[in-house]
Amino acid sequence: MASVILPSGHLAPSESRPGRFGVYGGRYVPETLMAALVELEREYDAAKNDAAFQAELAGLLKDYAGRPTPLYFAKRLTEQLGGAKIYLKREDLLHTGAHKINNALGQGLLARRMGKKRVIAETGAGQHGVATATVCALLGLECVVYMGDVDMERQELNVLRMRLLGAEVRGVSAGSKTLKDAISEAMRDWVTNVRTTYYLLGSALGAHPYPTMVRDFHRCISREMKEQILEKEGRLPTAVIACVGGGSNAIGAFYEFIPDTQVRLIGVEAGGRGTALGEHAARFSGGAPGVLQGTYSYVLQDEDGQIALTHSVSAGLDYASIGPEHAALHDSGRAEYTSQDDAAALDAVVRLARTEGILPALESAHAVAECLRLAPTMAAHDILVVNLSGRGDKDMGILARELNIQGA
Amino acid sequence: MAILFERKPGLVVYLTAGDPSLEVTGAIALEAIDAGADVIELGVPFSDPLADGPVIQRAMERALARGTRLKDVLALAAEIRAARPAAGLVIFSYLNPILRYGMHKFADEAAAAGVDGVLVLDLIVEEAGEYLAEMERVKLAPIFLAAPTSPDERLEAIATHSKGFVYAISRVGITGTQQSLTAEAASLVARIRRWTQLPVAVGFGISNAEHVAQVAEFADAAAIGSAIVELIEKSTPEAAPGAVARFIKGLHLPEAALAR
Repeated sequence: MASVILPSGHLAPSESRPGRFGVYGGRYVPETLMAALVELEREYDAAKNDAAFQAELAGLLKDYAGRPTPLYFAKRLTEQLGGAKIYLKREDLLHTGAHKINNALGQGLLARRMGKKRVIAETGAGQHGVATATVCALLGLECVVYMGDVDMERQELNVLRMRLLGAEVRGVSAGSKTLKDAISEAMRDWVTNVRTTYYLLGSALGAHPYPTMVRDFHRCISREMKEQILEKEGRLPTAVIACVGGGSNAIGAFYEFIPDTQVRLIGVEAGGRGTALGEHAARFSGGAPGVLQGTYSYVLQDEDGQIALTHSVSAGLDYASIGPEHAALHDSGRAEYTSQDDAAALDAVVRLARTEGILPALESAHAVAECLRLAPTMAAHDILVVNLSGRGDKDMGILARELNIQGA
Repeated sequence: MAILFERKPGLVVYLTAGDPSLEVTGAIALEAIDAGADVIELGVPFSDPLADGPVIQRAMERALARGTRLKDVLALAAEIRAARPAAGLVIFSYLNPILRYGMHKFADEAAAAGVDGVLVLDLIVEEAGEYLAEMERVKLAPIFLAAPTSPDERLEAIATHSKGFVYAISRVGITGTQQSLTAEAASLVARIRRWTQLPVAVGFGISNAEHVAQVAEFADAAAIGSAIVELIEKSTPEAAPGAVARFIKGLHLPEAALAR
């Protein structure tokens, strides 16, 4: 019998192979994980076509998470900026405070369906960790969350929330002590406990099937956006703007608009505090194609292929690589990617809070910052939809310090 | 220059190149070969070694802090090859440093350095098209990992595309020491042998003479990494080569091949 597994190329474009987005994506993992990834792909494909699974997920998204989320017309902000009409997709109103719950519910149900009793996750800003801890509490699953020491310190509120929810939060002191290192440590745990443990990855990253599966669980964002904007305006938006760390909220906000080529898709990366390597997380302007943590995509790296340190005021955008589907959308030109720096994001938090009474997460504030820049350059008939991926309560410590807000 | 295990069990020794320095790694490699190592795996340090436990992570951090680069590891390989023409020599790396260097250039230079084979930890057979073509072009042996979790169809592909030897992972998990060898390792090696005549080396968690003796019962070679890297960490640079040689002699390998 001839071997059924054939070598293919990491540089060979292959649209027909699952898990490839142009040349990007794929599976770059230690052999020990391959059986688990194949099993996960099979189970996910089965769940996709399982009416009972989909009905349970839809019910939880509606009654537990709070979908559909509103598409809110930001009237005062629109008037102040004097250009495009601005709409905010209110993912920040979801249970646990960010879009992350969409994926955590989907994968949590999948873990239960696969009979896995132990769930592990990584988290950067803590929103995915909180969403995972929440779903594990709901489904009665053991939960361990890996989080970089730097992120635990700057997003302490979310650490406390996870622990209250019954999750074990394990600090990671390696490398930059941020999201990248948390993912590596979660993968080490998974390699060791692969037979009993479900890895609930929180972004559209990693080895196949994660980028596809995570995107599918967030597709509801753009599906709702499309229905809602057609209902309110009778036409599609001029542009959709989303922040991009790993890229889960952005791919969710973009996906249903990809065939509508008149709609600009704008991803906003973290410009950090400078353009030198190590000072930002703008993968498309500062990175090059490479392999990090299971997938082939743009990676911030030095000339030896060592992964670069990153910086962003927002823990959720502070990552050296980007989801592979974004890499393909970038290369094809279908989506545009730009960056906003720490200062612009902080300004955007204040502007949105004081104009609309909405406190965005620092991550989402990067998308708001791009909207503040873009809207005045556009005409009154243009429509901008900003994906407000999360709320900013978790950032109060950073905001108080950076904006010199006094407490008691 | 070939990967040969002339006695059973053979010994594969992993060293993180550049820890504590390239010069000392070179000296350790020569001592290790003279003490009985059949194959030296030169580990290329990487910033994000997600298949490695804390011992090798620390070694890689030290090597990177000293500025160790892939081209330096290839130069070191050439020196070891010149000094010990008969020893087996394998480059052990994560994929990204090789991609960044250029697969074609890496293959040329690894072959020119006199390396026998290459093992890329995070490259599975399905993604290895260009890599296999380059290895074939320069006649280097691609060595793939086989895991206890690999089903038979994966073992078949791994065995079919490996050359030199097949590296069987003794247990699920990352690199690092363990108390005892599980029955998993023997059963994995037996399954691999259904698909290939190549020698099978068993690694991950092999750290002492007892483990090596157990491996001898069912495999062709034992691969030792973290135990030796930890010994180097605890030794002074001057003492490290001698300490590694004594450690290898303490494994009580059969005398037959030590004449080399």
